[in-house]
Amino acid sequence: MINYVWFGLIAIGTIVGFATGNIQAITDGAINAAKTAIDLSFGLIGIMAMWLGIMAIADEAGLVKKLAHLMKPLMSKLFPDVPPDHPALGNIVLNIAANMIGLGNAATPIGLKAFKELQSLNSTTDTATNAMCTFMAINTSQVQIIAATTVALRVAAGATNPTDIIGATLLATTISTAVGIIAVKLFEKLPKNRASCPAPLANLSEGA
Amino acid sequence: MFVKILEVISLYAIPVIIIFVVGVGMLKKVKVYEVFTEGAKEGFGTAIRIIPFLVAMLMAIGIFRASGAMGMLAKLLSPITNLIGMPAEIFPMALIRPLSGSGGQAMMTTLMKEFGPDSLIGRMACVMNGATDTTFYILAVYFGSIGVKKIRHSLSASLMADLAGILAAVVISNIMFG
Repeated sequence: MINYVWFGLIAIGTIVGFATGNIQAITDGAINAAKTAIDLSFGLIGIMAMWLGIMAIADEAGLVKKLAHLMKPLMSKLFPDVPPDHPALGNIVLNIAANMIGLGNAATPIGLKAFKELQSLNSTTDTATNAMCTFMAINTSQVQIIAATTVALRVAAGATNPTDIIGATLLATTISTAVGIIAVKLFEKLPKNRASCPAPLANLSEGA
Repeated sequence: MFVKILEVISLYAIPVIIIFVVGVGMLKKVKVYEVFTEGAKEGFGTAIRIIPFLVAMLMAIGIFRASGAMGMLAKLLSPITNLIGMPAEIFPMALIRPLSGSGGQAMMTTLMKEFGPDSLIGRMACVMNGATDTTFYILAVYFGSIGVKKIRHSLSASLMADLAGILAAVVISNIMFG
């Protein structure tokens, strides 16, 4: 699917651009985007290093495993393919918690660490596992309790009661997360996705 | 009240987490400084590994956005959006939101400026912004960081979540603020 979406964005953009005469804008759009990608990834280095350092200590001290253990009942339902006390689950819990309270800066490095742990359980390293897909469905459905940036922008726009959208947002985002989880669980049962599912590693005793 | 509590939590969270983790590490006799630096080493590699995936994704999105295809698509789909009670002005934002966080935010700000932050459209835009996320960017970064190219059903499931978030934002806003 990603190949079609990617091609579709480029093809539709180019055709429409040629038809409307926005040719220079397309060139600029493509080149600026490539620059933005570098800014984003380089901007990530410091904060990545910091949180990965903290997480390494948490790992070594057994905190990540303990957290995974605490959330076991829920996590084993969402991620049945991951061994119950695997550090990946502890990192996933931390990522979701950080996202919930709006700490996006901390959430990304921890989430990427979780992905690395999940990859250590993957027999086919270029293919996503069911656990990765489930984690992404939760992560991309925005689980934030307070949409802090949105509220800040409402303050800037002069809203009489900037926080009046919080209840509605919370309800809407809960629905989107629920639908994301249901969708990912349904989709993983489709024949096509069953066939492409990487086989579990023979020896799953200990994580990375 | 609820908001205040959450504000306090997010204010204290990071320093508390850091001192807690390092403190427990010390108690458990972890060589905290050495382990930190060893873990931090991975940061550089991860950030570098996502570059090709990010360039690919942002380039395609950049071309699509710059071409003005968004407006055309919005016009094309307007019969459907009218049917579910989505104002035509908001539809481009629903389209751009999964593709670009800054783009979605810019549109939300523009809508608030144009129609007022307390209007139905202004509020709906805010709810939508909070209920959905930049799916394409997140998938590119996460799968890119471990070199996974076949992402299977993660994109379709994540887009379903976005669609649900957009529809929920429209319906809930119409009921609460309409």
